[in-house]
Amino acid sequence: MRKRNWLAIGLAMLALTVLTLAGCGKKEENNTGVASSSPSQSSSASPSGASAGGTPTLDAIKSRGKLVVGVKFDTRLFGLKDPSSGNVEGFDIDIAKGLAKELLGDESKLELKEVTSKTRIPMLDNGDIDLIIATMTITEERKQQVDFSDVYFKAGQSLLVKKGSPIQSVADIKKGTKVIGVKGSTSVKNIAEKAPDATVLEFDNYQDAFTALKAGQGDVLTTDNAILYGMASQDSNYEVVGGTFTDEPYGIAAKKGNADLVAFVNGYLKKLHDSGEYDKLYEKWIGATPIQ
Amino acid sequence: MLDFSILTDNFGTYLTGFGKTAYASVLALAGSFLLGTLLAVFRITPVKPLQWIGTAYVEFIRNIPLLLVVYLFFLGLPSIGVVLSPFACGTLGLTVYTAAFIAEAVRAGILSVPKGQMEAARSSGLSYGATMRLVILPQAVKIVIPPLNNQFINLIKNSSILSVISGFDLMFYADRIASNTYVVFSTYIFAGMFYLLLTLPLSYATGWLERRLARNY
Repeated sequence: MRKRNWLAIGLAMLALTVLTLAGCGKKEENNTGVASSSPSQSSSASPSGASAGGTPTLDAIKSRGKLVVGVKFDTRLFGLKDPSSGNVEGFDIDIAKGLAKELLGDESKLELKEVTSKTRIPMLDNGDIDLIIATMTITEERKQQVDFSDVYFKAGQSLLVKKGSPIQSVADIKKGTKVIGVKGSTSVKNIAEKAPDATVLEFDNYQDAFTALKAGQGDVLTTDNAILYGMASQDSNYEVVGGTFTDEPYGIAAKKGNADLVAFVNGYLKKLHDSGEYDKLYEKWIGATPIQ
Repeated sequence: MLDFSILTDNFGTYLTGFGKTAYASVLALAGSFLLGTLLAVFRITPVKPLQWIGTAYVEFIRNIPLLLVVYLFFLGLPSIGVVLSPFACGTLGLTVYTAAFIAEAVRAGILSVPKGQMEAARSSGLSYGATMRLVILPQAVKIVIPPLNNQFINLIKNSSILSVISGFDLMFYADRIASNTYVVFSTYIFAGMFYLLLTLPLSYATGWLERRLARNY
């Protein structure tokens, strides 16, 4: 009797797992089905073929008539949803708009989907989005998962503290110091290396992290300086201290094997730099000229 | 399909989170059971002010999201100068939230004991308190066990709310493993199995208790 119960539970779990997996598989199939109306161009099956010539990913986006980009909705200066207008605005958004205009001739042919540091790679892999433009640092580890464009923003990790805090640089982070970060971000891994004795609290997004800092749940918040400047501009009781202690180049990510899309993005970024448009964009959002 | 290296490579991490989840669950389970029973007694006692307190508590807490209850501790308390650790906030939130549901389950159990039992006990000279303790509650217990089991299972699963406020529970570490390895599906499936390690024995234990008590009467 007891044995049969366990067997039944095991079978039920197995069935559930298989069903879930089957669901995932189907979704992916659908997406590639849409992507390659002309056969033989399954991007995941032949990444080398895609890079050799042809533009299967770009063609798919063009035939859909819409570029879908994953951006942050909670990050000041880069991608922030304005609660009154409902518009998402920021540096990343302007880049996305520029890309849509370049590719489809109209910046309104752009769909923005909210991603977090935690969800962006799974969403890209599932085919929910074409590109990630979401303050995403280029790392060797992530290069295994996605294809990155050239650097579109040079950031570095820094610290945000309440004014008058004894913590003025990364060297002041001692055992027992509570450091706040965001789940899935590079900065959490970095701080664990730079200050191994610190307790690292992790939250789902930057708003939650900043709220926790304001509530006194931690002593210092760490992430890329660009994001910290946005927070400091939101609440003047907080300041960015200690300079940057890492190099965190932001890149635009495409699904692995979509070489044509990456090449297109790189071409657009180069054009942006050459025309001086990039510097204007940088000043508009960050309030300074780009670090050379 | 399932990447078992995730489990073997991160076993210690899973175990740390599992320990915290189990610890939070046991604390919240004991706390919410006591608080819930007290509230149930408040709600059925003849003393009006106690009834009001019980009803207000249950209706307020039961009808707002758990996350909000946890935020009351995590973000609300600091505004009056009390800063508790995320783990404490999460466990307190769970306790307070689950107590409202337990109060209702216990109250229903007590009310399902026939009215004549109370009348008979009172007329043979027992006080209200003694009647509750000696006559009504022992009979209510076995009625209450299945719904309580439900609430306890919900409590264990709800403990994943700790991950939102960085409470270092199983889900928190699963998030961390997923973001370190990018293997999302397997990571959470294994986390789910650790939750089953807690919830299934609990179901079996209460099932056993239910059968035991049924035999005694």
